[in-house]
Parts: sequence; C-alpha cells; structure tokens
Amino acid sequence: MAPTHEKIRELRVEGITKRFPGIVACNSIDLTIGENEILALVGENGAGKTTLMNILMGLYQPDEGKIFINGRPVQFKGPADAFAAGIGMVHQHFMLVPNMTVAENIALGLKESHRYFRLDLPGVKKRIAEISERYKLPVQPDAYVWQLSVGEQQRVELIKTLCFGARFLILDEPTSALTPQETDELIALLKRMASDMSIIFISHKLAEVTALSDKVAILRQGSIVFKGTTAGQTAAGLAALMTGHEVVLPRNACIDGYGNDCLVVQDLYVKSDRGFFALDGVGFSVRSGEILGLAGVSGNGQKELADALAGLRRVEKGRISLMGVDLTNRSPREIIDAGLGYIPEDRINEGIVPSFSIKENLILKDVASPKFSRGAFIKSREEAQNAALLQQQFDIRCSSLNSMTGALSGGNIQKVILARELAREPKALIAVYPTRGLDMGAEEFIHTRLLELRAKGVAIFLISEELDELMNLCDRIAVIFKGKILDILTRREATRPTLGLLMAGIRQGAEKAAVEG
Amino acid sequence: MKTSTRVAYVSLVSCVAALAAVGIGAIVLVILGADVVQTYKVILTEPLKDLFGITEVLVRAVPLILVALGIAISFRAGILNIGAEGQIQMGIVSATAVALALPNVPKAILVPLVLLSGAAGGALWASIAGYLRAKLGVNEILSTVMLNYIAVQIYGYLLRGPMIDPAELQTGSGTPQSMRLPRSAWIDRIIPGTRLHWGIVLAVVLAILVYIFLWRTTSGFKLRAAGASAKAARYAGINVESSLLFAMVLAGAFAGLAGAVEVTAVHRRAIEGISSGYGFSGIVVALFGGLHPGGIIPAAAFFGVLLVGTDMTQRILSIPANMVSVLQGAVILSIISAKMLINDPYAMEKFERRFLHFKGQPVGQRAEDEESRKNEAKR
Amino acid sequence: MTPLNIVLNILSIGIPFSVSLLLASLGEMFNQRAGIFNLGCEGIMSMGAFLGFICAYYFQNTALAPYVNLLGILAAGVAGALLGLLFALVTVTFHAPQGIAGIGLQMLGIGTAGTLFRHFVGGVTGIPGLPSYPIPLLSKIPFIGPVFFNMNMLAYLAFLLVPLSHYILFKTPWGLKVRAVGTSPRSADTMAINVQRTRYQALAVGGLFAGIAGAYLSLGQAKMFADDIVAGRGFIAVALVYFGGWSPYRILGGSLLFSIAQSLQLSIQVLGINFPYEFAVMFPYVLVIVVLAFTRSAAVKGPAALGQPYDREKRI
Repeated sequence: MAPTHEKIRELRVEGITKRFPGIVACNSIDLTIGENEILALVGENGAGKTTLMNILMGLYQPDEGKIFINGRPVQFKGPADAFAAGIGMVHQHFMLVPNMTVAENIALGLKESHRYFRLDLPGVKKRIAEISERYKLPVQPDAYVWQLSVGEQQRVELIKTLCFGARFLILDEPTSALTPQETDELIALLKRMASDMSIIFISHKLAEVTALSDKVAILRQGSIVFKGTTAGQTAAGLAALMTGHEVVLPRNACIDGYGNDCLVVQDLYVKSDRGFFALDGVGFSVRSGEILGLAGVSGNGQKELADALAGLRRVEKGRISLMGVDLTNRSPREIIDAGLGYIPEDRINEGIVPSFSIKENLILKDVASPKFSRGAFIKSREEAQNAALLQQQFDIRCSSLNSMTGALSGGNIQKVILARELAREPKALIAVYPTRGLDMGAEEFIHTRLLELRAKGVAIFLISEELDELMNLCDRIAVIFKGKILDILTRREATRPTLGLLMAGIRQGAEKAAVEG
Repeated sequence: MKTSTRVAYVSLVSCVAALAAVGIGAIVLVILGADVVQTYKVILTEPLKDLFGITEVLVRAVPLILVALGIAISFRAGILNIGAEGQIQMGIVSATAVALALPNVPKAILVPLVLLSGAAGGALWASIAGYLRAKLGVNEILSTVMLNYIAVQIYGYLLRGPMIDPAELQTGSGTPQSMRLPRSAWIDRIIPGTRLHWGIVLAVVLAILVYIFLWRTTSGFKLRAAGASAKAARYAGINVESSLLFAMVLAGAFAGLAGAVEVTAVHRRAIEGISSGYGFSGIVVALFGGLHPGGIIPAAAFFGVLLVGTDMTQRILSIPANMVSVLQGAVILSIISAKMLINDPYAMEKFERRFLHFKGQPVGQRAEDEESRKNEAKR
Repeated sequence: MTPLNIVLNILSIGIPFSVSLLLASLGEMFNQRAGIFNLGCEGIMSMGAFLGFICAYYFQNTALAPYVNLLGILAAGVAGALLGLLFALVTVTFHAPQGIAGIGLQMLGIGTAGTLFRHFVGGVTGIPGLPSYPIPLLSKIPFIGPVFFNMNMLAYLAFLLVPLSHYILFKTPWGLKVRAVGTSPRSADTMAINVQRTRYQALAVGGLFAGIAGAYLSLGQAKMFADDIVAGRGFIAVALVYFGGWSPYRILGGSLLFSIAQSLQLSIQVLGINFPYEFAVMFPYVLVIVVLAFTRSAAVKGPAALGQPYDREKRI
C-alpha cells in the first residue's frame, strides 16, 4: 500500500469479529472516529480493546468485518499498511528493543532509512529532531533504550509513531506505568496533539476518560455496550456499563486489631540482575492483622524486594524475619515452611506449572508433606479431595480438576494460586500485583479474600501500582523510589497527590528531590 | 472443542508428519537410485519374517528401552541429555572392570553387582554435565556432546591400554578388546541359539518402575515440576538445581545399565562399537514414545525393527546402514514439529474453522453458542 | 628448533585449523542474533564436507576440472542454506524446541552424508583439494608471510567475513532487523519487520556459512572425506559463539585461540613428549567444556529472545 498524506477525516470499522481459541475477543464491532476527535475506548481487562486495536494496526487479521478510512475500505496485511495509511499505536508494553539506541529503534520501522547496504542513521536523527521540536518532546537519539525511564520510553514511543507518519494515534493504556503527575502531563500533551490528529485512547481509569475524551465507547466481553459523548457521563455510570453490573470493591475499614510485628525487614540491601544495588537499605514491618501496601512506579526495586522475601535473591546486607525467626538468605523451602505465603507477580510462569493439572498445582508446595504423601508416594485420594474442597471454597471454574492449569483464564489461575496459598494458613502473605490484568469480578474476589485474611490476623504485604487498590485495602502505604522507602503513610495521610509526589521521588515538605544516582 | 474434530486434527497432523519423515528418507533413496518402496518394505518386514529376526529386534530393543527411559526422565526434568552414548561406554567399562576383578563371586551376587557398577559408571559420567549445568549454567547439550567425544577416546584408550586382553598382546594382533567376562557375570539367554536374553525382562520391569517413580512419588512430582516450569518450581520451594543433577544422574545410570547389559548379555567382553549409536537412537525412541514408559516400549520395538531392517538392506539391497541415521533425524524433526502443532490450540482452531467451514456450518453461530453457554455457566 | 620456529610452526598449523570453526561460528552467530539456536550446524557441515568432496571427486577428470573446487563450495553452500531453511521450517514455523531439533538435523546431515558417501565412493579416497594462493609481496615477508599470506581462498574469505559480518550486523538495515528479531521480536513486528522472514533469512545465511565451513574441511584441510570428518566442530562452533559474546571479532579471537591451543598440543607430540594419543584427541573437547564453564556469565548478555519462537497471535 503506497503511503498517502491525506488527512484522516473519518475512520470507521464495521462488524469486526476476531476469535481466539475458546473466546470471541471482538464480536461484530462498529465504531466511527471523526476528525480531531479523542475517543476513549473503555473496558475491563480481557474485554477485547487491545485485540481491536491490533486489528486496526494490521497485527491481527479480523475473521469478519471491514475497516474504512474516509469512506474507502482498506485492508491492512501488516503494520506497514497501517503506517502507510497514517495510523500509529503506542502499545501498553512498549515496543522498543532495549539494547538498541533510540535512533536505531526508530530506524527499524522507518523504511526510507533502509538503503541497500547502509542504514541512514543521520537521516533518522534529523527526522527525530524535527518531530521532537514540533511537539516539544525532548529525546536523546543516541541513548540506549534500557537506560531510559518509563516516562522517557513513552516519549520515544510517541516520537516513533509520529516519525512513521501517524495522523491517527492509538494509545493503549498509556498511563498504566506513570505517576499521577506524569499522567497529568500526558493528558495535557494529548489535548494539544488532538488539534492535529484523531486519537483513540484505551483506559480503564475512568477519571482520565472523563478528563480527556470527547466520545466514549465501552466494550464488554468483546461487544460494544455503549457509545456516546463523554460529556454528562459519570465515572460510576461508566463503571456499571463496563462490568455489566454494580461492582463495589470492598474497602478496608481499618478497625485496629493489629497484633505484634510479624514480617520485619531491616536495612535490606539486594543487587539487581545488572549488578547494582536495587534495594538500598529498605526497612519496614508488617503487623499481624495489617495490610501494608508498597506503592511505586514499577522498576524501583519491587521485583528484587519480592524475590528477596521469597528467598530467590541473595540478601547482601540486612535482615528479614517472620515472627521473630530469621529468614535472611534461607532457601525458599525454609521460608515457605516458616509460614510465608506468596502470590508471585507472573502468575502463569511463577505461580503455577502451566502443564500440570489443577489438582497437582494445588499441592505444588506440599507434595512431600505428611498430608499428601506416605513415604515416597503421593496420596492420590488426598490430592483429589484437597482439590475438590478448594475448588468449592474458591470457586475455581474448570471443566475438570485434571485439566491443564495453563489453559484457565487469568482470574481462575489466580484463584488456584490463592487457594493453594491460603489453604496453607500462612502467618504472613506477600501479594505482588495480585490483580494485574484481571477483570473486576476477579479483582473483587481477591480483594475480599485478602481482607478476610487480614481479619484472621495474617500480616499482608501488598505490592501494587494501582493507587485505588492500595488506598482501598491498606492500613499503611509505603512508597518505594530507586530502592529506598521514601516514607510510610497511614491511610489517612495517603492521598493521591501525596503518593504521586513520593512515587516521583519527591519527599513531602522538602523541596529537595530525593533523587540519588 | 469437539472430540471428533480433535481426533481428526491429531490424526491428520500425525499422518503428514509420518509422510514427511518417510519422504525425507525417500529423497535420499532416490538419490541413491534405490527402489523406495522395495527398500522400505525390506526395512519394515524383513526383520519380522523369522524367529531369528524377531529375537534380534528384541535384543536391539533392550538397550533402546533402557537408554530411552533415562532420557525421558532427564527431558521431563528439563535437562536435555544427549550424552547417553558416552554414558553407555562408561557403563561398559565399569561393568567389565568389576566382572573381571571378581571372577570367583557367585553369579547371584556378581550379576547384580556388575549391573549396578555399570549404572554407577554411567551416572558418574553424566553427573559431570549435570553438575556443570546446575552450578555453572553450562548448556547441557553442548557439554554432553563433548563428553561423548571424550568418552570415545577414554574407552579406546582403556581397551588398547590397561584393559586389553593379555592374549591379544601375546598373539600380537592387538585387537582392542577386554578379556572375556567370567561366566558368573553373564546374563543368560532366554531362547538357545538366539541372542535374546533376560535383560528384556529387566527393561520392562524398569519401565514400570520409572512410570511409578515419575507419576506416583513425590520426588518424581518435584522433578517433573522443575522440568515443566523451573520458575514456578523455585517459587514453590523445589530445589531445581538438585533436581537437574538428580535427573542427570538417573539418566546416566540407565544408559550405564544399558551398557552393562549389552556387555554381560550380548558381547560378553568389552569391544569397540558396542554402543553403536544406541545413545542417539535412544533419544529418538524416547521422543517417539512421548517421553512415557508406556510409549517407550513399543517405540523401542519399532526402532529395533528399523535398526535390524537397515542392516538387512545393506546386505540385501546394498544400501548403506547409515540410512538409519537419516530416518532417525527425519523422525525427530517430524515428531517435534507435529507435537507442537498438536498442542497448539491456535493451529487447531484454524484447522477446525476450515474443517467446519468445509462442512458448511456457519462459524459465527457456533462461536456465539459457545459464548452463551459460557455465560450460562457463569450464572 | 628455535623458539621462533616453534611458534611459527604452531601458527602455521593452528591458523588453517581455525578457518572452518570461524566460518561455522560466524554463521551460527547470525542464527543466534536472530534468536535461533542451531545445533544442527554439525549436520550441515557434514553435508557441506561431503558435497565439497564429491564435486571434486566426480568432476576431477572432466572438462569441469578447473572449477571443481568452486563447484564444490557452491554446492556445499547451497545445500547448507537449504538445510538452514529446513531448520527454519521446523523451529520458526512450527515452533519446535530448538535444542532437540538441532540434534535431529545433526543426525539427518551426518546420516545423509555418510549414506551417500558409502554408496557413491565407499572408502578413503584423496582429492587434490584447494590450492594455496600466495599473495604477491606479502607472502615474501620473512616468517610471517608464509604463515598468514599463503593460504587457500576459503581461508582468505573466512577472515574477510569477520569485518564484513560486523558491518552487516551493525551498519545495514538487515543487520538491524536481525538484531531486533533476536532481542524483541514483538517490537520488531509492530514496526513492520517480518519476524519469520528475517529468521528464515538468518538461518539460510547461517546454513550457507556452515556448508562452506564443511567444504573447507574436505577440500581445504583433510583433502578427503570420512563419516566423522566434522568430529564435533559444529558443536564447538556453537560454543565459540557463546565464548565470543555474539560479536564477530571476538569470535575470530575465540577460534584462533582455540585452534592454536589445539596445534600447541600437536606440537608437543611432535616434540616427542610422550602421552597416549587418545588424550591429545580429546583435548579440544575438554577445552570446550572448560571454556563453557567459565563463560556462562556471557550467556546473560546474549540475544534476549534466543530460543524463543514467536507467534504474533499469541497474546502476551
């Protein structure tokens, strides 16, 4: 498809349907976006938003349906066709090659820089400079992508899309990894850009939707359930449309029933994979019957902290203890046996063995315990009974307990993990991004279970990047920035702006940025 | 997904894969100018024409079963043991040394002792690669391949040097081989006049034990968990490194045992070339048998036929016996490709859509049915 | 012998040894940079060695005689590229696990070469092989000249390919694509890079190099063919890619170091220090294991998507 420079006055999709094994991701979707409009595409995780956008980018082929630009039907066989038509997308997971420079990354998609035996990098840099000038997006073309912060990488993504000639911009959950302040800046930028182009903005954060968009479309289970102007819509009304029913996420009433310090971390130093200190003297304690949250933009040491607590990363200095028992640099087995439950970040690869049956995954940590084994042998009957019981208690939906766990939906996988961890009656529980990518029903389920657990007197350490989740559930919230805990706030002190400033590394009261290194 | 669709899909993929493997072999045969159909016929039927052929097939199947059992264990544990060839040779060396050192021990003690020492030799050799992988992260495929080359040299050195039959030195012929093993170390033949020996019973019993080990014991569970998802196993408190080492030791033990059985039951002295590619054929058998003891036994019989059959084509049609390696390579490539396709729900979905479309059933209708059924289940 | 003579002697044996390793490693480097781990290198080299040999053997007394070596190299390269594409079909299109697929390709290659050799030739037969082309003037430099500037054309080609591969990898659009699909295939895909096609191309190039590496063994080094002529060099080449950190110059360093160490051990034998020759033969393999044990940290720096198949429609 030859590139055109015609302005996109209207983009319309008609009857788009896309199926994946077991689900219909998009079901006969019709949408129209006009000139200089900002459309917010809203829906729960798994509603089909990203699939629809990948179809617009030519990454997926729709099973049925058509795309029209300015009334003419178009067919995108791949991203190149979408670029040529003037459509560009900033993906939720940034599509940058980390060990290449910014200029190289952009050159990759910029076909006119591909000379026969040479790559025209100077030309690419010139193009970057133009775009960065026009939209006031500063960027260093020679920096390696892995050296950039999340905010900077997003800027590179935007410039990249604009360099490819985008006159129609799709942004997939662009604020999910940003601090509240960065989010505000991005919204301002997008408003400026809308005078030049049309934008589709995917989000499930309803406050942003009402702040930014002209029109809103809501997807639920692959179908459009609402289309209309944003003006006049309330966040609560949109939420109800999004989920199909009223979901009221449970809140922590914060009734003081705390016990003694249960999980205590003192002056912890841990190295990252690249060899520098990812944790730089971290300390906190979680009392029994308390939920301590850890807020922060991801990549500030959360992963390393979680690994160290699980016994999977060496502690260079400092101490971790559970109910007074020293667990520093103990093996995962010893830590598990000491009564520490764990909900890992990557539920499919770290939480379960995907090819194992649900039955087997439910005894993954306890297969050698007397409950499930006699001598060297597994007690099959107990294994089955355990699975049946937990399936009922945790509402795990599956065709058979012998089926492969990896084939379950994200919410059901998380239920399997939760069931296994809670059945072990832990003294403390670490939950790392426990609701990431789940729909609100599953989120509600998990939040309810965590609060029940708190009421039973378990100490819970919740790592999350969703401020709403933290503010709903936690008794106290610690904020991590560049491997240090900047502050620990009580529920009352923890407002969105204060947390936002801390997440950006700015300590309250003091003007001095707590930026080191 | 309907069962009938799944069956149709799986059988189609399997047939295409089988055709591809046979086809690759056929290309080579055409280049040789051989009659393709005739050659395959000889390979597949000639060995089964008489008792001698059948017993020879079973004699080949014994080491194949043993080696493949070990490889299945190691693959299931997530470590790709390509080193069975070397481990077999180390097993032969240890078994021979023990048998020759203790000629006066009664048979009831010596035979188990010799077999165990063979297993120990293989296990020890395999543990090098297991240790390097577990502690230093050395790619086990490369290290086991290198250990194979090293083992060949050590084996050759021992047979030409310290372990050579003194008679060879006296007569001056210098054939690299050990002394004949004492009768008390022999595994007996089942049918006189053939080479079929009691090792086959041992192999079948061990296959059952491996099944029990992998699917009924806690250590088998941990080993499979570590192999299926090392990350998840680590989070669950399973020591993945020791699981890798343990699996490698077991795999080496099985290969070493195969060597010990070969030397005590078939050749009765260590000579060059006993392992004769069983280490590599064992990989094919293990994969063909689905890394499951229940599949390995028939797979070993089938490849026993191939090994004997290609020997026969060399004699009858003068087609080089190296042909078996061509077929084995083609079989590996086809099996692993077919396996991925069969386990790929996306590919199956595509197939199903075409299959159903072909039957004229509206596709959208079906998907919606499924959707509404799902919603119902939720309510 | 003077110490200088000994050193030159070691170099004059070692440098030719390094050529096949260098060629195969450079090819494997392109495979791995694109994210594919090709252990079938050994099998491709075996086919390359056979085809190189058979062309020279069959046509040596025909009108084609002046071109037999060229023909052999060409046949080896084409067959290598085709086997690379077969490997691509299995691992890139069907997503089969690469380690075991490599072993399959190895068996197929060695088996086919062995079968065809037994059938068409039978036993050990020599061929004239590649002549040396002394470079005018340079080859006349005392001591160094005969060692570095009196080699056959494949050896010159191999050393030329080092800077060329570096240039291709880092300065051309294709190199950029190869690096992108080996590190972050999904990103490359969203930027309209055809991941599968790029990987197919890289595997074809890798196969081409491996095939020529094999031809060097039969035509340039042994001047004959045997079933086990490759003797693990394909696997050693894979190890050298790790050792060389996926960079052409460091791979050159690695293969020179490796071959010189090997010739050092041969020289020791020549000097009459007595130890069983089996130990001399096993030396390079032991060296590989030792090298791998000490370069594992390099594996962290390898292409991030090495060994991972890519399917656009599989969601993250």
